[in-house]
Amino acid sequence: MNVLSLPTSLDHRSMDRILDETVSVETERVLFDARHVRWADPNGMVALLCAGRATVARTGRSAHFRIPENSDTTGYMARMGFFRAAESLFEFDQRPPRRPSGDTPVLLEIMPITTNTDVHEVVERVQGSAGEILSRTLNYPATAVVPFSVILSEVCQNILEHAEAPGWVAAQVYNWKKRLGRHVLVLAVADMGRGFKASLTDEHSARFGDRWSDATALEAAFMHGVTRFPDSHRGQGIQQIRKQVGRWNGALSIRSGTARIAAVPDWDDQPPLLQNLAAFPGSQISILLPARVPETAAEVGANA
Amino acid sequence: MRSVPDPILIEVGPLVRESVASLYSHLVTRPTGRAVRLAIEAMLAEAGEPTITLVDLTEITILDYSCADEVVARLLRRYSEIDRPREAFFVFRGVQERHREPIQAVLERQRLAAVSRRDDGTAELLGTLDEDESAVWRLVESEGVVPDERSDDVFGNGSLRTAVDRLVERRLIFADATGGMHALSRLVAPVAT
Repeated sequence: MNVLSLPTSLDHRSMDRILDETVSVETERVLFDARHVRWADPNGMVALLCAGRATVARTGRSAHFRIPENSDTTGYMARMGFFRAAESLFEFDQRPPRRPSGDTPVLLEIMPITTNTDVHEVVERVQGSAGEILSRTLNYPATAVVPFSVILSEVCQNILEHAEAPGWVAAQVYNWKKRLGRHVLVLAVADMGRGFKASLTDEHSARFGDRWSDATALEAAFMHGVTRFPDSHRGQGIQQIRKQVGRWNGALSIRSGTARIAAVPDWDDQPPLLQNLAAFPGSQISILLPARVPETAAEVGANA
Repeated sequence: MRSVPDPILIEVGPLVRESVASLYSHLVTRPTGRAVRLAIEAMLAEAGEPTITLVDLTEITILDYSCADEVVARLLRRYSEIDRPREAFFVFRGVQERHREPIQAVLERQRLAAVSRRDDGTAELLGTLDEDESAVWRLVESEGVVPDERSDDVFGNGSLRTAVDRLVERRLIFADATGGMHALSRLVAPVAT
């Protein structure tokens, strides 16, 4: 049996490692050892689900999963809906907590995206919680819930329209006190579908010739809004998401296959383009939205 | 020869709820947008010709880019093409600040423009027009209707005159059988209250 020891922190910085190591496993039996995990955010949990599904697809059987020893961590993962989403992908070494512990409000627990109706459900679900979190915790205008909902809708549709396979979405707000001194909203969307390169190959690969790769496919979609549809009016989703995330000084990154591309704000240190990652199926989108820094003394006073 | 069209009102909120069989009024996802556009087209097919439609977005809370493309841009494009299915004109109502960004984005990308009727009865243009087209549109809008015999006085014989033809082609003003130019916002007034 091959054992994948998961890092103590499952987040946007460790998700590539999880995906890469999953691809490198060649044995039939796989154990995801999460005993030492102390922290998991939407990117980490959704990446784990992708890793689980990739393992099932390769071996035809569920991977073993040792749940975290820390009860706060398992309680939080239950609260985010991880174990419910993962039960068909992993065999847990012990019964995971059914009832979530703590009363941490969740912006958007892990939800599967398999149909158009799921996207409506996601948009509807955040209407109650997102407005208050965006305005009170992130200091965004009260109206920000609308563009945030549009981002959610577009990233989830990316799964349905381009991946042609189911995926997951999750979002939560955290206090990045040490790292940034501010709260940050973390939104993760991932699927196990065709990925950008396969989706765009028929329409666009000829123009790139030998340069056609996961990286050039991501650049074409990310920078120029190309899609697999011959209709030149399509392809606004990713472009508009990038624009709106930029307005909020956020970070947007997309991994597909062996590459990851990112729009990187000044507070973030991830590289704008990573290549030569392991060939993991599908696409994984990460959006980080930091709290807005009050600009005027009046605003500072109001937030004090 | 075209007579002045009878206006019809289409409320998008109920169409969304029918198309996704739910109580949501969020116009999101391309399949939903496509279903709503097809429902609008089906209603148009049963109306007289030419038709002017007041498309009411008032009940719509969230409008994403895919739906703005389907319900606004594609609708306008389809009925301004040479092989359009019928003579149809559109005015949008209930375009709130939260809808503006996706609508502007899809219109600008496709070099389209749309007339929007504000709550106070005045109208505005969304999308892309050149200076002459904007000037002509404002003139027609302020006059309500410019009869053919006054067109030289109002538009002159220079660049504004050619802009009039472009606006007619783009379905942003209505030209009646006598050559009179009508503001779309006035034509929908009977169903706007």
